[in-house]
Amino acid sequence: MSNKQPQVHELTMVEAVNLALRRALNDDENVVILGEDVGTNGGVFRATEGLKQDFGFKRVMDTPLAESMIAGMSVGMATQGMRPVAEIQFMGFIFAAFEQIVCHAARMRNRTRGRLQCPLVIRAPFGGGIQAPEHHSESTEALFAHIPGLKVVIPSSPTRAYGLLLSAIASNDPVVFLEPKRIYRMIRHRVTDHGQGLPLDTCFTLKQGSDVTLVSWGAMVHETLQAARKLEADGISAEVIDVATISPLDFETIRRSVRHTGRCVIIQEAARNGGVASEISARIGESCLPWMKAPVQRVTGFDATMPYPRHEHLYMPTTDDIVAAARQTLEGI
Amino acid sequence: MSRQHDFDWLRLAYRHMVTIRALDKKAVALQRTGQMRTYPSSLGQEAVGIGIGMAMQDKDVYAPYYRDQATLYLRGVRLSQILQLWGGDERGHLFEGPAARDLPICVPIATQLTQAAGVAVALKSRHEKQAVVTSCGDGATSRGDFYEALNLAGLWQLPLVTVINNNQWAISVPRHLQTGTETLSQKAVAAGIEGIQVDGNDVAAVHDAVSAALEKARSGKGATLIEAVTYRLGDHTTADDATRYRDKQQVSDAWQNEPIKRLQTWLHDNNEWSAGQEQALQKEVQQLIEKAVTDYLAAEAQPVDEFLQFQYEKMTPALLEQQALIKARSEQGRDNS
Ligand SMILES: Cc1ncc(C[n+]2csc(CCOP(=O)(O)OP(=O)(O)O)c2C)c(N)n1
Repeated sequence: MSNKQPQVHELTMVEAVNLALRRALNDDENVVILGEDVGTNGGVFRATEGLKQDFGFKRVMDTPLAESMIAGMSVGMATQGMRPVAEIQFMGFIFAAFEQIVCHAARMRNRTRGRLQCPLVIRAPFGGGIQAPEHHSESTEALFAHIPGLKVVIPSSPTRAYGLLLSAIASNDPVVFLEPKRIYRMIRHRVTDHGQGLPLDTCFTLKQGSDVTLVSWGAMVHETLQAARKLEADGISAEVIDVATISPLDFETIRRSVRHTGRCVIIQEAARNGGVASEISARIGESCLPWMKAPVQRVTGFDATMPYPRHEHLYMPTTDDIVAAARQTLEGI
Repeated sequence: MSRQHDFDWLRLAYRHMVTIRALDKKAVALQRTGQMRTYPSSLGQEAVGIGIGMAMQDKDVYAPYYRDQATLYLRGVRLSQILQLWGGDERGHLFEGPAARDLPICVPIATQLTQAAGVAVALKSRHEKQAVVTSCGDGATSRGDFYEALNLAGLWQLPLVTVINNNQWAISVPRHLQTGTETLSQKAVAAGIEGIQVDGNDVAAVHDAVSAALEKARSGKGATLIEAVTYRLGDHTTADDATRYRDKQQVSDAWQNEPIKRLQTWLHDNNEWSAGQEQALQKEVQQLIEKAVTDYLAAEAQPVDEFLQFQYEKMTPALLEQQALIKARSEQGRDNS
């Protein structure tokens, strides 16, 4: 590798996921990929395309259709030194695997006082905005963020998908890696295949600003950046933070920004009640109040079952919603 | 009793079963006096756990459930550690020796089975001549993970031995309210693997079945489901009262067939066991248990911040913040009795 220039590719996010998986399979023989349709078919979103052809069935395994088993066997493999990267076809079907993830993956290190660890990654496409059938569009990341022992990582771009996934696979803690499928093919980035991961313990500040802090993750980062540009055009300077690793949360970056701007809008696609935005908001309340010039605003989905496609557009937060919320914080209390 | 076993082997198996029964009895007594938390005794089922443990080789991997203290003991887990586990101290899971790579005991029913299948995948992928043993209760056979694990084991020819500890009860629900099948071993048919039923009160029979299944698994010939038919003579746990749901006559009938007395009688009838030997064994075992209890009660307290320490490989800023709070609480002398 050393005398070869790392290759640079123009990639969509799902292609960046594929590149990271390929790199991980190449660099560490303990890495294996498993799940429904991940082999010959390359996954229903093509995230694992070509991998079985190149690495064989022993490294890229089509499993029977059984989510609890996919997670459970990953736990077993991980305890024996393998690094399984399991795909759950859609996050809406992760609940059969929830027990294994929460009761076992998340607790293995603690239960055994570090005797065994559970370095697995559960990847799942999630989120709305693609007019999919029922159970294919929810954003239930908060359910996992609530569980101690798990890391929950959500990329928002091809570059970050590549780097964060490599770090997730290298992590000795279990990682739930959620891929916002709405942006799987929305943008292309130049991704350098250098094999280096991005840190899982920090938020990414995508744009500096001084009037208001916009905090988001996953697909909503795009509407958030657009909102920041709209605000900028009106002379309002917004700082944009992509949380990326929603658990454990790097609150320090958010705290520093919010103490600087005195205003904060948190944007999530997930339902409002008990979400990650609620946690961030609470922590701002605990430690930033003297710096605040306005109450924290949340732009979120509704506390409703994700509607079928015909009403989906009413559910999804938009750039205008974010701009309006930011303006509200600027108008004062 | 099987011809494969000589009297030395049978005496050793007997000794192990007596040890585990004494441990169970002591643990229940400790619970009654407030020195033990909820404990699941294996009274009446000792032949299953000891039969498995004596069949396993050190290099095999074990995925136990919560009633498997007998096998854990033979895997090298100290008796004091078993008490520590049920006494509310995670350090009981610091298994050493052959058990160092074994999975921890599993409380959610049947989830250990899919994990065991994953362990088997790992062993198979390394081409090691090793196998995995996992065990569960009869109630566990109703759950998805049971079927999902067997299905995979059959499909991928995994080196997996699953032992159903059919003790007739899942808390208060009897075996006949758990499934419509005639036997539990026949569930193997649907997975395309061999299923066999053994007398779970005959330690030699359990041992033979598990040994054969392990040999088969290690030589790449796939998985086996073994139903060991036994009876839970005690309560489900110390938090349960089995008299609420169970017929006295049935229990006293079951006592007629319990594994320890049965083996003792056999040895005795063959002039291989005497009252004097029994007395000496009981004394030795009592000393072993007393020592385990002393070690358990004398173990230094778990450092208070340890429950934050093992959440992740490294402490997070939030956990470091919360550590101070725990220290303060502990210094205020909060009672944990
Ligand atoms: C998933 C799950 N549901 C319920 C329980 C509560 N529970 C603990 S033990 C038990 C009965 C299990 O019976 P069985 O599998 O026959 O094993 P046994 O305890 O008889 O050895 C139940 C229902 C549990 N631990 N896990």
